Amino acid sequence: MTDDLGTSPDEVQFRFRDDEPADHGTVTVDACCDQTNAAAVRIEPGDDARTLLPFLDRLALIEVNFPAYGDGRGYSSARILREAGYAGELRAVGDVLIDQLSHMRRCGFDAFAPDARLDEEDAARAFATWENVYQRTVDGRRTIQESRHE
Amino acid sequence: MYQYDQYDQQMVDARVEEFRDQARRRLDGKLTEDQFKPLRLMNGLYLQLHAYMLRVAIPYGTLNSRQMIALGDIADKYDRGYGHFTTRQNLQYNWIKLEDAADILADLAKVEMHAIQTSGNCIRNISSDHFAGAAADELVDPRPYAELLRQWSSFHPEFTYLPRKFKIAVIAAEKDRAAMRLHDIGIQIVEKDGEIGARFYVGGGMGRTPMIAPMIRDFVPLDQLITYSEACLRVYNRYGRRDNKYKARIKILVHELGAEEYTRQVEQEFAHMLEQGVEPPREELERIKPFFADPAFEDGAKNVDRSDPDFALWVDRNTHRHKHDSYVSAVISLKPVGGIPGDATGTQIRIMAKLAEQYSFDELRIMHTQNVVLPHVKIADLHALWTALDAADLGAPNMDSIEDMIACPGLDYCALANARSIPLAQRISEKFDASGKTAKLGELKLKISGCINACGHHHAGHIGILGVDRKGVENYQLSLGGSEAEDTALAKITGPGFTEDGVIDAVEKVTDLYLDVREDGERFLDTYRRIGMAPFKEALYD
Amino acid sequence: MKILTGNDLRTGAVTWWDGTNWSLHVDAAADVGEHGDEILAREEALRRVNVPYIIEAEASAEGVRPAHIKDRVRALGPTVRPDLTLKPKDPEAIDWVI
Ligand code: HEM
Ligand code: SF4
Repeated sequence: MTDDLGTSPDEVQFRFRDDEPADHGTVTVDACCDQTNAAAVRIEPGDDARTLLPFLDRLALIEVNFPAYGDGRGYSSARILREAGYAGELRAVGDVLIDQLSHMRRCGFDAFAPDARLDEEDAARAFATWENVYQRTVDGRRTIQESRHE
Repeated sequence: MYQYDQYDQQMVDARVEEFRDQARRRLDGKLTEDQFKPLRLMNGLYLQLHAYMLRVAIPYGTLNSRQMIALGDIADKYDRGYGHFTTRQNLQYNWIKLEDAADILADLAKVEMHAIQTSGNCIRNISSDHFAGAAADELVDPRPYAELLRQWSSFHPEFTYLPRKFKIAVIAAEKDRAAMRLHDIGIQIVEKDGEIGARFYVGGGMGRTPMIAPMIRDFVPLDQLITYSEACLRVYNRYGRRDNKYKARIKILVHELGAEEYTRQVEQEFAHMLEQGVEPPREELERIKPFFADPAFEDGAKNVDRSDPDFALWVDRNTHRHKHDSYVSAVISLKPVGGIPGDATGTQIRIMAKLAEQYSFDELRIMHTQNVVLPHVKIADLHALWTALDAADLGAPNMDSIEDMIACPGLDYCALANARSIPLAQRISEKFDASGKTAKLGELKLKISGCINACGHHHAGHIGILGVDRKGVENYQLSLGGSEAEDTALAKITGPGFTEDGVIDAVEKVTDLYLDVREDGERFLDTYRRIGMAPFKEALYD
Repeated sequence: MKILTGNDLRTGAVTWWDGTNWSLHVDAAADVGEHGDEILAREEALRRVNVPYIIEAEASAEGVRPAHIKDRVRALGPTVRPDLTLKPKDPEAIDWVI
């Protein structure tokens, strides 16, 4: 399996799920569409997350790679997957930094495997940055506008 | 005017504390400059030629006296006594210390202001018509929609790392006073079959490849405004180019895909988004609207006493028709002859604030032409207002004239500049004022940028000047025929560039030609459109 | 000659490497020869300067003149605000920039 990128769940630094981490190696999006048994896939910034929609039922782990933190396509990929009902682990990997954590969480990521380990305290603060939020996203949080008019 | 509630305030306060922590980590050496730069940019803090520069957002260009006073106080307390009003309805301070930056943001937060998203590849400050809520010709006040968009775009989790910066303008009149179609998204609030909705133009911009935004949807119902915007942004975030920062703006995506294909993709995403329930509850717009309700206008004098010719001239030039016939909107020119376009001292800023309190229901506006507006001035109060303005060197009667030029900071302040823009602006206004030609020329929009980034809108000037670097020496290209009004057009370059003296002569020559050949009632732009570039080229180069 | 310039991390002020310290005055700038990169790396790590870089300049009896106009603007201050430059009383300073 040449497409195996050999990621192991050991590198996950933050995880907001109760289920057992899926310990499958991930395959590329192309490979995932070709093979019927892959349960873990890795999305690169240029991949169209929507090509995975027919296979969501069999996927337990989707990694979204951020080769550089400034490339924000992965935020859209994550939200698209959650909007389509994907309930498995959605893991941000790569150049994941403190100041991106809260936004990633809001876009549906529930696991984080940064290239360089992050300071736990700084990260805890970052995840808690926004007590309230303006936009409705896939995290299901009530928005400020909804709170104003309940 | 909009007022923060506890939620808005909490968002801004949270951001101040977050930045205070980041600045501390930088000063302590826990963050390298490479790591810190994107964080400070998200808070409008640049490193420019002489110091740090802080860009403060003035959402849709509206502010009250208390906020204006705070801006003046910050100029005196933390900067060197002045600020620079920009074409994007922002204020820039040029001499900021990193160690003060968090305190300044805290001072701003106390008056419901901030510098959030005034830089970086995110959705920037939403701009609007500076006469919104006052102009006789508007359909509705566009600002409630701009405020809805402000909330939606603040800290948007999906759109904080876009391919490039993203600028949105909202207007609600046929007359475009916000260069709407030169924005990434231009929204015009329109009426169709008795309903109010939004018309979307996407993919305009200036910079090195100027483009006029095509219309992609003629009517979006108001209860889908945010959803439609979200669809426009998602298509851009996914497919905008990231391989080359000069091709990363949405205008390039729309251009490369074609407006039709981009629209098709947006419509598809929109259909999907409609099912996601991203639109804020309809009550939110109804909550926002009363903040922008008309103040208590009173009937009064409809005409001024014109016996003082200086005053009469100022009234003719610098006031704009109001929807209430006893009022006007008054433009305070930040273009004194020989001055620096858009600069105001701390004292002047506070004087404008006081005058707004006294004469304009406590409200001010920032124009994209780098001037300030008092939107609701009683005609009966105009003389007193003018007298006070004149005493503070704020009474230049030159709105929309050649002296009312836009000039970016250029090489005097900006790290990206090729040439200085401000000295040109100063010399041109002095020259035209001295020869008395300003008045003869009437409406003439001159716009100057110090480099190809086009912060000074030179592509949209009736006359545009662009500074270039010619073997280490400042050189200037002249262009003609641009417009950022409802007849949006991009200016064309006349030919080879000029030295500083040469380009001033060139402006003289093209304006002389216009005066010679204009027909009745023609503005410079109209004459240019009628006779074309050839005669101007001849006057310049033969 | 080759000289070093950058901004002070705390204040943002433009500074020039004088051989032992960072000075506000370009005339104090020292020729660093081939040692520029090494000094920059060390000084930046110590946070004694921010975003420093090496430039070409010319030394003469009058002082040090950076080769590029941008650095001369940095050395003096905005040409349109002589009062805020390092030489507010010297009307000819602006000509030195241009
Ligand atoms: C002094 C620091 C400034 C820097 C570093 C800067 C940087 C830039 C850059 C790089 C662009 C080109 C963006 C692109 O084409 O993708 C740009 C465009 C622009 N900037 Fe600035 N700018 C500065 C000041 C200003 C000021 C003072 C104003 C207002 C007077 C302004 C308003 C604009 C506008 C209106 C555009 C063109 C519209 C567009 O986005 O296409 N900028 N700026
Ligand atoms: S146009 Fe160029 S020189 Fe002028 S402010 Fe923008 S980036 Fe600076």
